[in-house]
Amino acid sequence: MTRVSRRGLLLGGAAAGGAALGGGGVALALRDGDAPASADADEQATYPFEGEHQAGITTPVQRHLYFAAYDLTANATRDDLRTLLEDWTEAARHLAQGREVGETGAVGGSPLAPPEDTGEALGLGPNGLTITFGLGPALFEPGRLGLEKKRPALFEPLPSFALELLDEATSGGDLCVQACANDPQVAVHAIRNLSRIAFGRAQIRWAQLGYGRTSSTTRDQATPRNLMGFKDGTRNIKADEADELAAHVWSGGEGQDWFAGGTYLVTRKIQMLIESWDRTRLDEQEAIIGRDKGKGAPLSGDTEFTEPDFEAVSTATGDKAIPMDAHVRLAHPDFNTGQRMLRRGYNYVEGNNALGQTSAGLFFIAFQKSPRQFIDIQNALARDPLNEYIRHVASGFFAVPRGVRGGEHVAQDLFA
Amino acid sequence: MKRALGLVALAGLALTACVQNNADEDAETIAVTSTADGCQVATNTAQSGTLAFEVKNDGNQVTEFYMLGDDKLRIIGEVENIAPGTSRTLTFVAQPGSYFTVCKPGMVGDGIGEAGFTVTGEAVEVAVDDEEAFAAAVTNYTAYTKTQVAELVTNVTEFTNAYKAGDDELAKKLFPITRINYERIEPTAEQFGDLDPKIDYRKPGADAEGLEWTGFHRIEADLWLDEAKKNYPGDPITTALTPEQRTTLADQLVADVKTLYEQVHSDSFKLGIEDITNGAIGLLDEVAAPDGKLPGEEDEFSHTDLYDFYANVEGAEVAYLNVRDIAAGKDGGDELVTTLNKEFGAMKSLLGKYGDYDSGFVSYDTVGQEERNALGAQLNALSEPLSKLTSQVLGVS
Repeated sequence: MTRVSRRGLLLGGAAAGGAALGGGGVALALRDGDAPASADADEQATYPFEGEHQAGITTPVQRHLYFAAYDLTANATRDDLRTLLEDWTEAARHLAQGREVGETGAVGGSPLAPPEDTGEALGLGPNGLTITFGLGPALFEPGRLGLEKKRPALFEPLPSFALELLDEATSGGDLCVQACANDPQVAVHAIRNLSRIAFGRAQIRWAQLGYGRTSSTTRDQATPRNLMGFKDGTRNIKADEADELAAHVWSGGEGQDWFAGGTYLVTRKIQMLIESWDRTRLDEQEAIIGRDKGKGAPLSGDTEFTEPDFEAVSTATGDKAIPMDAHVRLAHPDFNTGQRMLRRGYNYVEGNNALGQTSAGLFFIAFQKSPRQFIDIQNALARDPLNEYIRHVASGFFAVPRGVRGGEHVAQDLFA
Repeated sequence: MKRALGLVALAGLALTACVQNNADEDAETIAVTSTADGCQVATNTAQSGTLAFEVKNDGNQVTEFYMLGDDKLRIIGEVENIAPGTSRTLTFVAQPGSYFTVCKPGMVGDGIGEAGFTVTGEAVEVAVDDEEAFAAAVTNYTAYTKTQVAELVTNVTEFTNAYKAGDDELAKKLFPITRINYERIEPTAEQFGDLDPKIDYRKPGADAEGLEWTGFHRIEADLWLDEAKKNYPGDPITTALTPEQRTTLADQLVADVKTLYEQVHSDSFKLGIEDITNGAIGLLDEVAAPDGKLPGEEDEFSHTDLYDFYANVEGAEVAYLNVRDIAAGKDGGDELVTTLNKEFGAMKSLLGKYGDYDSGFVSYDTVGQEERNALGAQLNALSEPLSKLTSQVLGVS
């Protein structure tokens, strides 16, 4: 048995073991925001796969995303689901350390057999890869897999929202895998190999490539910009805010043991009407968002991280400095009964449509304790003038089980 | 022509991939009489163990005798070149199961007198010997290939006769049926470089290579002219062919499949064990390809892709069954064989939801994207383990 590391030496490997997954569990944390200590540190970063919660939630947001949703095959059984999660967990343990999949990897097997690992990540470091698994609501439908009694009380399909134009084929799914890494090839490699392992039990329903994180989950990381050119996620919940995480992200299980320590994952593919946005005058762009475009400060003034003052009045106009329908106001916890979400979205660009319009936008990802957090905030955004420039074109909703400990597989308690 | 008798009086072939030495010592002998219109087998049941079929040719053409698997496709054993008035014997170790016997006087077509044959009793233990087992698998698979091509010649002749006679209704009905034999052995046919392009090229392939477009799909375009107009508006192919042009095209296809027949029946036609195992996965790749059956591009005018799909799967399964016992006999083989048995069954039963050869498959343009996705998912479920067959059979680890 020859398990070959993609790089001979793994800096920091699983050194942190089952330590807290917050910034503290990170072997090689990034420094100074977008300027890591070195490109090599970026490449060699690893995050433990095991832990109280799954990796890839509070982990410092990596540079690239490949997100895939899967459907179980038509005749798949509860046993197929369980063995798939077992096999995925085993593969993910390898992948998270920058190792190849299987016993013989990409080039160590029989020359007559297809390699176990697809090989495109050979020579690349771990690149901070995290793999996060989620379960779709349809798995708990009565009469399907016998899991109806295991459904968390709040785990119902999301309602419809104003102005959404959802494409069924690229929405939903029985299972999801979020792969985040500092190198896109490493993220793609992870999903590709997990898909291969799934053949016969599950197959990809849709997948999304994302680049350029649009949120940060640690204070070390600079707030990045989305494709509208604005800093996004300034007010995101950070990995070291344990109380906030407990209050807004980690579920108590809703009476289901398997879901304790888990969280709900919502994805929304938000297409931006790029050409229209780019023709919008600067002060209108800023009024719509409620922030200064250059430094990211709220329109009430000061710096990016200054709390917005929603009562502040503009001396020039006599109106509220942050307009009543500004995005930052509508989405702010103060106007949403204190609710917050942990976001880790990515930009996406997929060429252009047949009309020559750019197909680009934000692949929004949020983790929250209750789906109500997303639902309430999304409903509050119904009158957001930003809606003129965006459309929600795809949606995903998944329950993410807690992290695994040694020898366990993802969602193990679900089958107890 | 009497040479065969002197050369090989006894063709010892395995029912499984396993050949027992001294197989004929305590063989049960069963008499077979092949005539112009019959294939009399003295009994239709036997105990497992060594069987010897003594085939007497009472007809006036050279004949062959076959033992087929329960799918009527896979050849378990065969004896060829039995001249009129002579006898030859087929000996092999028979495992319990359902089989079919058939004679083939004249050595072309489907054969006659096909009848069920049942072997009862316990499974017979035989030692696996790679060399002998490989040889037996190759012999049986080669015979199967020859049989498929022989049937192809007969069926293409019938199909093109209808087409030439202007009986479009009959020709359209025969088109997908005629292609079945070809689709079952496609990777083998593709070994003969210039034949497959003539017989089975799609329009984009012929155009890209600057070839005159001939073969099945050229006739298909002419038979389903409205679809051709839809797919290639303004193209010369949207003009109906004249009877003379039809005749030229039809005769060319017949000539090409006859050339294929001669190639696979020539002494220089040799297959190896890897041709069988790689051919199996190659057949499934034909289905999944962007210009294959799954996306509905293969039969873009007739939308009869499901016939081809099913035939590709059958062909892959025959190849697999030819080497299954070899695979099972090696480390880790039981697991692979169990998986493949299950996935081949699931694939065929999923396709069965859309029809069968006899009553017809539904037009593929009525199969929606979600249903195609489900077919694709099952195809992946089958292809992934099948890709491990070669290394399992050759046992290099």
